[in-house]
Amino acid sequence: MSEWKFTIKEIAEKPELFMSGHRACAGCVPATVHRLVLKAARGPVIATHATGCIEVSSTIYPYTAWKIPWIHTAFENAAANASGIEAALRVLQRKGKIKNEHVDVIAFAGDGGTYDIGIQALSGAVERGHDFLYVLYDNEAYMNTGIQRSGGTPHGAWTTTSPAGKLIPGKPQFKKPIAEIMVAHEIPYVATASPYYWKDLITKVRKGLEVEGPAFLHIIAPCPRGWRFPSEKGIEISRIIVETCMFPLWEAIDEEYKLSPPSKAIALKPEKKKPVKEYLKIQGRFRHLFTLEHEHVIEELQRIIDKRWKRLLKKCGIA
Amino acid sequence: MTVVEQKVLAMSGDEAVAYAVKQSDVDVVAAYPITPQTIIVEKFSEYVHNGEVDTEFICVESEHSALTACLTAAAVGARAFTATASAGLALMHEILYVTSGCRAPVVMAVANRALSAPINIHCDHSDTMVERDSGWIQIYAENSQEAYDSIIQAFRIAEHPDILLPVMVGLDGFFLSHTLENVRILPDETVKGFLGNRKFPLVRNHEGKLVPFRLAPENPITIGPLDLYDYYFEHKRQQEEAMRRASEIIKQVHGEYANVGGRQYGDGLIETYHLEDAEIATICLGSTAGTVKTVVDELRSKGIKAGLLRIRTFRPLPVKEITVALKNVKAVGVMDRACSFGGFGGPVFHEIRHILYDAPVHPHVVNYIYGLGGRDMSYILINQIYRDLERILETNRVEKKVQFIGLRE
Ligand SMILES: Cc1ncc(C[n+]2csc(CCOP(=O)(O)OP(=O)(O)O)c2C)c(N)n1
Ligand code: SF4
Ligand SMILES: [Mg+2]
Repeated sequence: MSEWKFTIKEIAEKPELFMSGHRACAGCVPATVHRLVLKAARGPVIATHATGCIEVSSTIYPYTAWKIPWIHTAFENAAANASGIEAALRVLQRKGKIKNEHVDVIAFAGDGGTYDIGIQALSGAVERGHDFLYVLYDNEAYMNTGIQRSGGTPHGAWTTTSPAGKLIPGKPQFKKPIAEIMVAHEIPYVATASPYYWKDLITKVRKGLEVEGPAFLHIIAPCPRGWRFPSEKGIEISRIIVETCMFPLWEAIDEEYKLSPPSKAIALKPEKKKPVKEYLKIQGRFRHLFTLEHEHVIEELQRIIDKRWKRLLKKCGIA
Repeated sequence: MTVVEQKVLAMSGDEAVAYAVKQSDVDVVAAYPITPQTIIVEKFSEYVHNGEVDTEFICVESEHSALTACLTAAAVGARAFTATASAGLALMHEILYVTSGCRAPVVMAVANRALSAPINIHCDHSDTMVERDSGWIQIYAENSQEAYDSIIQAFRIAEHPDILLPVMVGLDGFFLSHTLENVRILPDETVKGFLGNRKFPLVRNHEGKLVPFRLAPENPITIGPLDLYDYYFEHKRQQEEAMRRASEIIKQVHGEYANVGGRQYGDGLIETYHLEDAEIATICLGSTAGTVKTVVDELRSKGIKAGLLRIRTFRPLPVKEITVALKNVKAVGVMDRACSFGGFGGPVFHEIRHILYDAPVHPHVVNYIYGLGGRDMSYILINQIYRDLERILETNRVEKKVQFIGLRE
């Protein structure tokens, strides 16, 4: 795969395919993520979306933020949407019923639509080998319905269904390693990305589009509303989550794991790895952990981050 | 047009459906196995693997995804088909509404089967009856021949630019799906010519441009947006209008098909059997009508004025046609192969009594719930119903408005 090279100017000059005017909250990083993803388009694209915050806020009839053909059907089936689109394009082109040009298919879904209710459709679609890119924008809870926990919510986090109670301080379980689950499907391209490292993100989107067969991109997408941080902090948080190795950046091409530059730098200089506390303290959803009685949750979280980081380094052939 | 010459093949209902799909130049099939529909998927897989069709066959991981994939394929412009039964249809429930709401002309065969629990693989109509409000046109076939004919007609109806609604064709599980029958098959070219290519009506997009209603990069449109109290209601109203228009289109397509195929099922909406001068009549859907016709013949030979009304198209409900057909009948026995727990009788009964409320003369209308979980609807039981209706006629009295028949009580 020869890597696509681009300049800021080129990206800035590319037409906006996800337009402004949508109704996402101020500082909504998921919305920024959608815009960035579509900046990597290499030609015609058809997009589909699972039910969730961005689907809802970008298509309030009779308005739409989408400059490309777009369809939403339900919450749990983004990958099935993509399957139908991709199959239809293939056969209609073969039969000469539509223009014979390559059309990329992108499915967008949130963490709820991916880790939880949508994992069956996702697993099925990639097993069948449809040629599409699945973009998980992970804001770590069901934001559209008012901040409920998902399989992607981190340990200890407050949500409305994992409240910071006296007995149970936030979410007891750990975040499901979804991207690794996708690698285990033996698909040609899986990667993680953060909008702070936007060049890395756009490059990965392009790679995901270029491979033949299914590609999966896991993008961390902080939500000021649900994570309880000021609306201007989203991109900074997108950086610190990488610096703490809570969300390392990597890609797996044909199951070969490789750290991406920001995480590689930490792997080479471990003293650069920040403690998770630095990430937690800037978000209201972890505030309850900064008390004597719940401090152990932070330690537990640190332990799991370290364990997973070690496992990743091993997979990447480091250490 | 003259009726074309046709070959006769011995096929089960499922095979007849698969054959009709094969001839309909379907672009995408996405389906999941479930008894008694499985033969359709299996047969179609053979066509695909032997290169007999040019179709993308998506072996999905669930019925939910099967219908989803058909929906989005249809949105791109494909002719799409799926098939299911019972639990599979129930799993599709959410997407049934989404399909009709997105105005995606998907065609589906349902091999009618009971719903769990307890689990049961045999015929009744609970699976499709519960979906009667989902915005799908519903056609119930009496035999495998009709299943074959109806599938071909269904594509024409669904894709009609004035309709754009999905169509489900019900065939009774096992009674039709698995039973060998002689089926007359139209030549491939005839079916091809009858269906033609999909046409796309023009719709106004968000930029005010008139564009074909399909997902195409040259004319981007947004399908399935968030639609709140300011527009949703109008969109639902449009669906209802399309349903109303569908009655005429179903008749028209059925008539055109009769011209080439030589087969007619009443007017396409309802079929009457000795109903013109009947005093007592039953109403039913699907394969039961075959046995009822035999009973009616016998009763007629004894001078009893018995008749039958078979509802072929249950959605849209042929209100006018049913009213006219029943105008001389004095006692009507509605047969329901489904139960509406806690309701006043079964779903077909609800509709018929409701329709007859406006009739100038009200006949007696009683309900017989029968055949759940594949329990046989025997000749004896049907006779019993007509005897019951005769008694009602003689005494002018109804003892039980709703009864369950053919079971241990
Ligand atoms: C079958 C079904 N169950 C529940 C819902 C309600 N619902 C809509 S969006 C949503 C959560 C979406 O969460 P996520 O996928 O993380 O996207 P986000 O809103 O956070 O961007 C839920 C629970 C639904 N629409 N459909
Ligand atoms: S709740 Fe979060 S994800 Fe949803 S629009 Fe607001 S900031 Fe974006
Ligand atoms: Mg979310």
